[in-house]
Amino acid sequence: MADIAEEIVLDVKDIVIKFNLRGQALTAIRGTSLDVRKGETLAIVGESGSGKSVLTKSFLGMLDKNGWVDSGSVLFEGQDLAAFRDEKPWLSIRGKKISMVFQDPMTSLNPLKNVGAQIAEVYALHRGYGAKQATAAAIELLDRVGIPEAGKRHRQYPHEFSGGMRQRVVIAIAMACAPRILICDEPTTALDVTIQAQILDLIRSLQREYDFTTIYITHDLGVVANVADRVAVMYAGKIVECGSAEEVFYDPRHPYTWALLSSLPQLGIKGKPLFSIKGTPPSLFKTIEGDAFSARNPYALKIDFLREPPRFQVSPSHWAATWLLDPRAPKVEPPEIIRNLRESRQAQDAWFSGSKA
Amino acid sequence: MRDIEKILEVRDLSVDFKVKGGTFRAVDKVNFFIHKGETFGLVGESGSGKTTIGRAIVRINETSGGEILYKGRRINGRIPAELDRKIVQKIQMIFQDPMASLNERAKIDYIVSEGLYNIHGFSSEEERKALVQKALLEVGLLPEFASRFPHEFSGGQRQRIGIARALIMSPDFIIADEPISALDVSIRAQVLNLLSQIQKTKGLSLMFIAHDLSVVRFITDRIAVIHLGKIVELGDTEEIFSKPLHPYTRALLSAVPMPDPRREKGKKSTPYDPACHDYGEEAPSWREAFPGHFVYGNESELEDWTRRFA
Repeated sequence: MADIAEEIVLDVKDIVIKFNLRGQALTAIRGTSLDVRKGETLAIVGESGSGKSVLTKSFLGMLDKNGWVDSGSVLFEGQDLAAFRDEKPWLSIRGKKISMVFQDPMTSLNPLKNVGAQIAEVYALHRGYGAKQATAAAIELLDRVGIPEAGKRHRQYPHEFSGGMRQRVVIAIAMACAPRILICDEPTTALDVTIQAQILDLIRSLQREYDFTTIYITHDLGVVANVADRVAVMYAGKIVECGSAEEVFYDPRHPYTWALLSSLPQLGIKGKPLFSIKGTPPSLFKTIEGDAFSARNPYALKIDFLREPPRFQVSPSHWAATWLLDPRAPKVEPPEIIRNLRESRQAQDAWFSGSKA
Repeated sequence: MRDIEKILEVRDLSVDFKVKGGTFRAVDKVNFFIHKGETFGLVGESGSGKTTIGRAIVRINETSGGEILYKGRRINGRIPAELDRKIVQKIQMIFQDPMASLNERAKIDYIVSEGLYNIHGFSSEEERKALVQKALLEVGLLPEFASRFPHEFSGGQRQRIGIARALIMSPDFIIADEPISALDVSIRAQVLNLLSQIQKTKGLSLMFIAHDLSVVRFITDRIAVIHLGKIVELGDTEEIFSKPLHPYTRALLSAVPMPDPRREKGKKSTPYDPACHDYGEEAPSWREAFPGHFVYGNESELEDWTRRFA
């Protein structure tokens, strides 16, 4: 793993995002902060509806028309993205400095245009290339993302490509402007496992070559373990735990992170029912009292229902927002599956340091 | 375990599709059987033919060779109307995407009992209502949901409705085609638990079609790994996981991302290269490598593959 310089490329502060739905205001992001460091791979994990996509869409000015940033700031290269009021300033950011790769490559490509033209368009628009130059650049890029016979295939249409190849094309389009930040929203969910591994490898190698920062949005903790330097766990519109990948996987502190990890079939014990989180996430139409997870949390304390927990620092790089970390809280042992993860790390530590576990 | 009655047997099954300028063989001489009360996993990537096999069993896809036996009776090709009615009832399917597989314009009450209407499975309106209620309760939904429409439910609840409409037919064999891939992580666990609980309490046989090996390991007794229409390896689930022989199985296993950052980051992926087989001198065949553990390869490959587990 390369050293992560502490330079912050994207600084999100106390952001609140609201939507107007049938005359009611829904608070999708309930005031959360996040810093993204230069060159790192940050993964944001959470269930659907946790707000992970909404949060990252606000970095691109792509919130649906009925949504708006209510308060807070998103600092990027000296500008506050949250303060943009019209489309104009976004044109120099979206697709140029911050790009996005979506889940389903079939819906993010234009079916009526050949793939080469869709990439060349980016070069022509953002970099002012001439038609010939843009096509040549597009072919080169297609070749770089692993499309065989790019010289021929750039004339083909999206339907002539397989799912994995289509996702490569989408990545090429995102890369055409050499963005500072690449946001990948569930980039491999629609793909087969073996193709998934190839796409993750591709993004990793591009990141090394072009030196950008990657933000993954996913609910697949296996993918997170594979790609992330740091992990932010989201629940009901707030980040509840954040730390390095090793800290979050081997020493998670928030009961929601425990629940998420415990429900993975990879960690299930055969013959026993798999752990599942009871109930449903709280409604975001109402103000949430206390800890948003308290109603579903078997470890909830009385205070969880009354007051919102602050962020408790576990290590300089790891924090969690749960009252369990308050010095006055009773000592709680995490569930067995989580303890096993920790032991597996200790075994690996011993193995790495040369002694027998 | 070996002498238990087979509920389903597939012999040399082939399925062809007509394509421009010829036919495309989606399933190529596939053989397997499923014991009564067993959970059998069919694992492969998209295009492997796993769904086509499932659809051939429920007679959605026509077969072009081989036979499918249900309790010893052939159910593919032309069959008597009486048998057709029977399998329509006794073999049920659960589909992948609960957003697409429920009729948006019908109430849950109708969706769940649609199969009953088809087979005239009730004698009075009261009986039908009671059956719907029972099915909904069995999948952990409230009976009053019967009067609602599909859009009022979450993905996990919709998948439960899909399971309820299969259960109401009192089937003895259920084909679940990627029943949890469209669901959220936390919901997946609930639906998996529900399926395995129903399977156990009702003594059903289950065929679980999936691409995700981690899920398959959790729920199945035996699995078959299928690649481009051919089964390449078959055996007890734990056996396949501890002694994967075929290079394709190994590639598939190594590609499953584990929630363990150190392991994941140190991992080298081993993609499957179909050119690694040298079948010039000796053609491959279906061989028993270990008791109950079959693999598709030739003699020298088999020797090579089993050596590492000797």
